[in-house]
Amino acid sequence: MGFFSKIKETLVGKSAKQNDKYVAGLDKSNSSFSSKINELAARYREIDDDYFEELENILIMSDVGVNMVMTIVDEIKKEVRLQNIKDPKAINEIIVDKMFVIYANDSYMTTKINYDDQDLTVILMIGVNGAGKTTTIAKLAHMMLQEGKSVMVAAGDTFRAGAIDQLAVWADRLGIECVKGKEGGDPSSVVYDALKRAKEQNIDVLICDTAGRLQNKVNLMNELEKMNRIIKRVVPQGPQETLLVIDATTGQNGVSQAQEFSKITDITGLVLTKMDGTAKGGIVLSIKDALNIPVKFVGLGEQMDDLQEFDLEQYIYGLCKDLLEK
Amino acid sequence: MAFESLSERLQESLKKIRGQATLTEENMDEMLREIRLALLEADVNFQVVKEFIANTKEKALGQDVLGSLKPGQVVVKIVHDELVELLGTTVSELDLSKKPTVIMMVGLQGSGKTTTSGKIAKLLAQKYSKNPLLVAADIYRPAAVDQLKTLGEQLDIPVFEKGTDVKVEQIVSEAMNYAYANHHDVVLIDTAGRLHIDEPLMHELQNIKDIVHPSEILLVVDALTGQDIVNVAQSFHEHLQITGAVLTKLDGDSRGGGALSIRHITHVPIKFIGTGEKLDAIDLFYPDRMADRILGMGDVVSLVEKVQDVYDEKETMKTFERMKRGTFGLDDMLEQMHQVRKLGPLSGILKMIPGMPSLPQINDEDTDQKLKLTESIIYSMTKEERRDPSILNARRKERIAKGCGRSVADVNRLLKQFEASKQMMKQMGNIDPTTGMPTQRPQARPQFNPNRKKERHKKKKKK
Repeated sequence: MGFFSKIKETLVGKSAKQNDKYVAGLDKSNSSFSSKINELAARYREIDDDYFEELENILIMSDVGVNMVMTIVDEIKKEVRLQNIKDPKAINEIIVDKMFVIYANDSYMTTKINYDDQDLTVILMIGVNGAGKTTTIAKLAHMMLQEGKSVMVAAGDTFRAGAIDQLAVWADRLGIECVKGKEGGDPSSVVYDALKRAKEQNIDVLICDTAGRLQNKVNLMNELEKMNRIIKRVVPQGPQETLLVIDATTGQNGVSQAQEFSKITDITGLVLTKMDGTAKGGIVLSIKDALNIPVKFVGLGEQMDDLQEFDLEQYIYGLCKDLLEK
Repeated sequence: MAFESLSERLQESLKKIRGQATLTEENMDEMLREIRLALLEADVNFQVVKEFIANTKEKALGQDVLGSLKPGQVVVKIVHDELVELLGTTVSELDLSKKPTVIMMVGLQGSGKTTTSGKIAKLLAQKYSKNPLLVAADIYRPAAVDQLKTLGEQLDIPVFEKGTDVKVEQIVSEAMNYAYANHHDVVLIDTAGRLHIDEPLMHELQNIKDIVHPSEILLVVDALTGQDIVNVAQSFHEHLQITGAVLTKLDGDSRGGGALSIRHITHVPIKFIGTGEKLDAIDLFYPDRMADRILGMGDVVSLVEKVQDVYDEKETMKTFERMKRGTFGLDDMLEQMHQVRKLGPLSGILKMIPGMPSLPQINDEDTDQKLKLTESIIYSMTKEERRDPSILNARRKERIAKGCGRSVADVNRLLKQFEASKQMMKQMGNIDPTTGMPTQRPQARPQFNPNRKKERHKKKKKK
């Protein structure tokens, strides 16, 4: 039994609505990917070096990253030789299969938030400027409220003009409290206030916004370290989650982002935003490979409920949807 | 820098063709592959890379390796020139001829439109003595209007806003009337971030364009963007016929190969680059410098040019003479530090020096503080001491430390730094300006005697 049928089986069991939305969101970004692979299969009668070169190119165009592409293609080549496959149509399953295996890489992956039953759960959102941290916080808070958790947010982006207001507007819409400081103030003090308040009010989850920072700004990275220390002082286990927000359009710099941020703090997961565009977010494959950080959530739009748990099977299903149905 | 520079990459494949006089298909293949990888890692779009490599190959084939140049230097030079040509050979400025000049800022979410609008407004107000008006046309993202208002307050530039309940088309037409009535000669419209495949929102942009007849439509693109940049640029260009692009977040460590893709797809010039979060961190786009960055290769030529812009020629010659005569003193160093500060953030400048990208990252904020510290120490010295720091003894150092309120250790550190910078000046004289690669004879070498081993050997024999 092929890998695809397995995927299909699991998918049928999933809630149809979620699946539809996921596929609809990913549709645009992946139609070009899968149609290209199909085109490729149609063009080649036989699997030869040219075929693999084309395949390489297709993967590179999805921002997967040159080295990662080499790994994937090498694996596929090996498998093809092993099974003695000549027909390009039969290779599709192997492509997907290999991508799946390489991403999963025998590691434990979860897309669940690591809630702390004993203590306040603190979630720290980090990322470069304009990745979509604040919007993701709103979506995440919305998701948790629906799970019946009580949520508070801390406006830790005291640098960018209007950032505090942006989070406050979202908090208003969600009906939750937003702890604010002064614009230009010390973000750690905002976080400290928020921690105190959340503890006093017995809140379940506190999500802390941070200012966007490019990973090569030493002082800003130190500031992040300080916030981390402050959180640990009040909540020894915290932050239970540190989510790095990465924009799906990000290219090879994504790996450097993940690398530098993880030097400062233990990243527990990625949030891949703006997946409703045409970008494919292939960089997450390279990030997983280099640092073993899994994707936890995917942002698919600007509305509150446009956040989905990352599901590798669905992701790959979405990537190769056209292949499956032909 | 996350990636090795092209020159480093090429080292291996170059060894194989050392000594060959002509560039042939065989000896170039491996090098071209390395170049291809370097470009892909710099996020240049795959299609663009393909065509670019084909062009380069054509140009390079059959080229003689001239004079003392190495084949690698020839190839790198061809690649560099090709890149510059693709990126546009001239610096492109804004078209400000119309009154009022309307500039529309468009782009994806989070690319930096609002911040860039603020920066351009500041630039126009200060350097071009314009009277700009900022228009808040992002009614979708929460607090986007507040963001622009805050920027306007910081810059003391008026912001036209109608809240978020009025249709964008109405906002911009009212803004135009307002601009006429209040004699604003530049109107900057900050539109909402949108995906290029969002038809209704793209249509909204077309409506704005029809109302305001902008002289410039600038696509704001984030330098971290990967392969998808071609789709974005193409789609925005098809809908709006953009007149230029702004590349933001170039103060990060990404190579910014997207610049090349934008040029290739749209043929519009890149007008500005964003180099930081502060409101004066904006620069014109220099194609040659971008080419160097994409290749991960320093370029002393543009460094020299940049230096020429700010350096007083006579002053520099004096310093240079003193340097050659070995009378380079602390005053000269301070003078140079000031002049270098005028060039912009130090990390940016160092990137242009070959071999520097591999150095540990430089923290600009720290550098500023260090400059102040250095100043205070040097100003506490006598003229004589500044000219010749070697006369500094413990007592003098103590006096200086007291004078500037620092410790003796600080003074010592400065002296060490002075020695290091003297050393660096010497090394910079050793770079071949045509290729940006160090010439064959590094100066540190001759200091030890290549025959040392032999001599020792001889001595042993004598024994």
